[in-house]
Amino acid sequence: MSGINPRSSWPTITSLQTIRSAQHRPRSVHKLTGSLLLPLHRRLSTTPSTAPIIPAALPVVRINPFNTYYHRVFSTSSRTMSDLPLFRELTAPNGTKWNQPLGLFINNEFVKSKSGSTLSSISPIDDKEITTLYAAEEADVDEAVKAARAAFHDSAWADITPEQRGRLIHKLADLIEQHSDTLAAIDTWDMGKPLSVMKEVDMPESISTFRYYAGWADKISGKTLNIGPQKLVYTLHQPVGVCGQIIPWNYPFIMASWKLGPALACGNTIVMKTAEQSPLSVLFFCQLIKEAGFPPGVVNVLTGYGRTAGHAIAAHPNIDKIAFTGSTNTARDIMKTASVNLKNITLETGGKSPMLVFDDADIDQAVKWGHIGIMSNSGQVCCATSRILVQESIYEKFIDLFNQYTKKISVLGDPFSGDTTHGPQVSRQQYERVLAYVEKGKKDGAILVSGGEHPEVNFVAPTIFRDVEDHHVIYQEEVFGPFVVIGKFKTEEEGVKRANATTYGLGAAVFTKDIARAHKVAAKIDSGMVWINSSNDSHFAVPFGGVKQSGIGRECGEYALDSYTTPKAVFVDLGTVL
Amino acid sequence: MFATIKTPTGREYEQPLGLFINGEWVAAKEGQTFEVINPTNEEVITSVQEATEPDVDAAVAAARAAFEGEWSDVTPTNRGKMMMKLAELMEENIELLTEVESLDNGKNLNQARFDIQSAAGCIRYYGGWADKIHGKVIDTQPGTFNFTKSEPIGVCGQIIPWNFPMLMWAWKIGPAIATGNTIVLKTAEQTPLSALVAATLINKAGFPKGVINIISGLGKTAGAAISSHMGIDKVAFTGSTATGRTIMKSAADSNLKKVTLELGGKSPNIIFNDADIDHAVDWANLGIFFNHGQTCCAGSRIYVQEGIYDEFVAKFKERITKNVVGDPFDNSTFQGPQVSQLQFDRIMSYIEHGKAEGATVECGGERHGDKGYFIKPTIFSNVTMDMKIMQEEIFGPVASIAKFKTVEEIAKIGNGTPYGLAAAVHTKDLNTALQLTDKLKAGTIWVNCYNMLHYALPFGGFKESGIGRELGKEALSNYLQVKTVAINMGGHNVFIGK
Repeated sequence: MSGINPRSSWPTITSLQTIRSAQHRPRSVHKLTGSLLLPLHRRLSTTPSTAPIIPAALPVVRINPFNTYYHRVFSTSSRTMSDLPLFRELTAPNGTKWNQPLGLFINNEFVKSKSGSTLSSISPIDDKEITTLYAAEEADVDEAVKAARAAFHDSAWADITPEQRGRLIHKLADLIEQHSDTLAAIDTWDMGKPLSVMKEVDMPESISTFRYYAGWADKISGKTLNIGPQKLVYTLHQPVGVCGQIIPWNYPFIMASWKLGPALACGNTIVMKTAEQSPLSVLFFCQLIKEAGFPPGVVNVLTGYGRTAGHAIAAHPNIDKIAFTGSTNTARDIMKTASVNLKNITLETGGKSPMLVFDDADIDQAVKWGHIGIMSNSGQVCCATSRILVQESIYEKFIDLFNQYTKKISVLGDPFSGDTTHGPQVSRQQYERVLAYVEKGKKDGAILVSGGEHPEVNFVAPTIFRDVEDHHVIYQEEVFGPFVVIGKFKTEEEGVKRANATTYGLGAAVFTKDIARAHKVAAKIDSGMVWINSSNDSHFAVPFGGVKQSGIGRECGEYALDSYTTPKAVFVDLGTVL
Repeated sequence: MFATIKTPTGREYEQPLGLFINGEWVAAKEGQTFEVINPTNEEVITSVQEATEPDVDAAVAAARAAFEGEWSDVTPTNRGKMMMKLAELMEENIELLTEVESLDNGKNLNQARFDIQSAAGCIRYYGGWADKIHGKVIDTQPGTFNFTKSEPIGVCGQIIPWNFPMLMWAWKIGPAIATGNTIVLKTAEQTPLSALVAATLINKAGFPKGVINIISGLGKTAGAAISSHMGIDKVAFTGSTATGRTIMKSAADSNLKKVTLELGGKSPNIIFNDADIDHAVDWANLGIFFNHGQTCCAGSRIYVQEGIYDEFVAKFKERITKNVVGDPFDNSTFQGPQVSQLQFDRIMSYIEHGKAEGATVECGGERHGDKGYFIKPTIFSNVTMDMKIMQEEIFGPVASIAKFKTVEEIAKIGNGTPYGLAAAVHTKDLNTALQLTDKLKAGTIWVNCYNMLHYALPFGGFKESGIGRELGKEALSNYLQVKTVAINMGGHNVFIGK
């Protein structure tokens, strides 16, 4: 549920004045049609600005080898701090207070890591540590897997009815809804996305995802297969078992819901590792798992690093399935490691999604959607349309309009401020990575139209390159920042060829008014999703995932159930006499 | 428009008496009312507004306006949320609804409570389906793009029976609303009260006006007005086969509205020599005497293999002595009164037929007490296939028992009525169970159990027991129509003129 109805509450953007007045009007949410399909960050495009604004209050963080950032990125062994408590009162910059769990969530309890390892969670807004918390290592993963395995076989989970499973998930959704404002503040502080986006997009989307899969719990059915009168053949769709789930930091809470929703609906048990950049919200949420009534061990959540806890999950011989969302390189490691016991695997990895703009398109709409497609969530979206390909007759005009629109719309700043559309990159590491691509683009000969600057630590101004060619690094590699490359094409054939000229295949957008071209191109593009005359639409009922090196399997929708069930074929002989 | 009613537990509540049309309580346009009788003591509980043709017209107009208007803009997910809310509200009011159900229908409190809980579960289940209804994309040739959409049918007339008033309400409303239709639902004239109480929850759940309209009325007037209405796109009926036939005819005579019917049965309950006899006795008892025999899928024909026939009859007779007949508000009661004088008379007349045709009365065969519509649990043995009590649906606490020898014989006998709603097989032998499962022409087969219904399992009849299926995913298709969209993208040749 995105909470906004484009038809009734969406202002027509005709002038800056209109936008401004729209912003100050209370946002009316249509009580019935509130959950109409929305792109993840559509709201961003309505916030006015004359130019990027950086709040003066943001401190510049000087890099020194002792600050936590260096500790986090470069230390090879975590520091031990077993005297760390299991809970700590925290207050976000907007005044929200809560009791933050710091432990690992195993068997419905928060516990210390066995070795006492910890890590720091740092706010990208000011590069300051929010808190230290316990970090899982191999022995902790082992403990969590044992709990999950025991829960998988325990009658408290294995023998409840599908309806009861559904009701537990419904209850969980209700509890998340009650704590929605706290969860929103946690993620804004922890990973830097605007609070308004958390409240209007991430939280409703997550809650709806849980409700959607609650509804599936009692609708998972096997089949009977008629192969002739001598046999009765049927299939049981059974849960896979203990599922390892590793989630990223760009949508901490939505990603948790996409993973947990189908896994729980199908009756699995879970060992989830959150991203080290954004562990806080899911840990807070663990309390709700217990409160909702899930038996101990059904959901276990570990804070930890990829190379330790993540690796231990991928390698664990008693985990039956692993689901990962993150970079393609990490996915490759996970897949290799998972081969140890041939785990079932689903991967939702990187992208370099194209957006094709044909000369018959509504160019203003293409500009606006194109902006959402790459600039929302500060470009930290796996399916971001980061390559815009424009038909040559409107190429110059598109670039001009896109540049103007971006300057007008993107508001960089404190994500707790209501005006902000564009927060910092999630970490110093990501920030530096994005900036490095600016240099790579220039070196390859692409032309920087705007951006490329780093007005403040961890903030990257919206960056636009033009005349980008297929062989350029910035055309091929995922930048994961507010960084778009624009190129041109002449014919439909060339457009599709350029669109398909990367190793990725997650999303793709097509702008045209030609009905035949729209559907033909949609079919020809190598991708898991295509948006016709929009970009980055996503809905919990619609499958999400990639082809080529963008992933294996699908999340969301009925399709995700396939990843969390395993069919068993049963033959019953009806009296064949040998 | 409301009356304060006191139930036998001492609970006082406000009983709505009006018609629930367009989200409001209104009086019947022609000013008619009818009495609601308590079957336990034959006294009048209250009188409710009686819908006739002009009221049906008003309800249809409201349903049409909602269907064309606000309701069509509601997302599937939000439809589902409203249904979840309705289920929650039903659960919050479970004790009230339970008592109203017992008071009006005569079923015991425990059974009524189970019905309400199942009704809420059914609404919640279909709430979950609301955003899981999918069309398809179908590839035929390059240069074309074809897809289907499953769209709601429109305004649905629904006519429900009196044997499970709230449960049937939920079975009808659940799939129709999940798929985006609007509804004019007529309750049975014997049991209008619980549905009216439940109607007070519809606005609270957030449904727009006119999406669900609930009217009380008689079959001959309001029911007939629904089945012949030109503004109703589909009619769904649960009740007797004779009425089902009438409804189908008037649907045909009017606007060829889509029809689903869930009708009568004369379901065989088959017990083999190798069955666990004590369990089989228990299930046979539940199969026929549950809900006072007023169950469309009741196991009213009991066939016992000859090796255990005598033992079974003896044990069955003994078992039913434990069925306490009496006040439904007494917690020990298993069997309450039949629903009405008419039903009571009908059942007693079948019992007389059975006696006259020469079947043996093993027990019962007469009324229980002198007040209320109570009938003693009745078992006839030595019943032959041609007897009326082996062919016709009695809809009361009357079991007919006969013996059989072989699988082949019982398959033939089991299928020997015009009905095909349900059947049961009791055996420990896997092959016997599955072979007979294949041979019996019935919509539901129970193996080593009886009357085990669940909202996720489709329910409906073969032969003259019905058209279409309720419950499960299958019920959704009763309320959807498929639209095929074929787009030419340059791949279709022009056939015309060649």
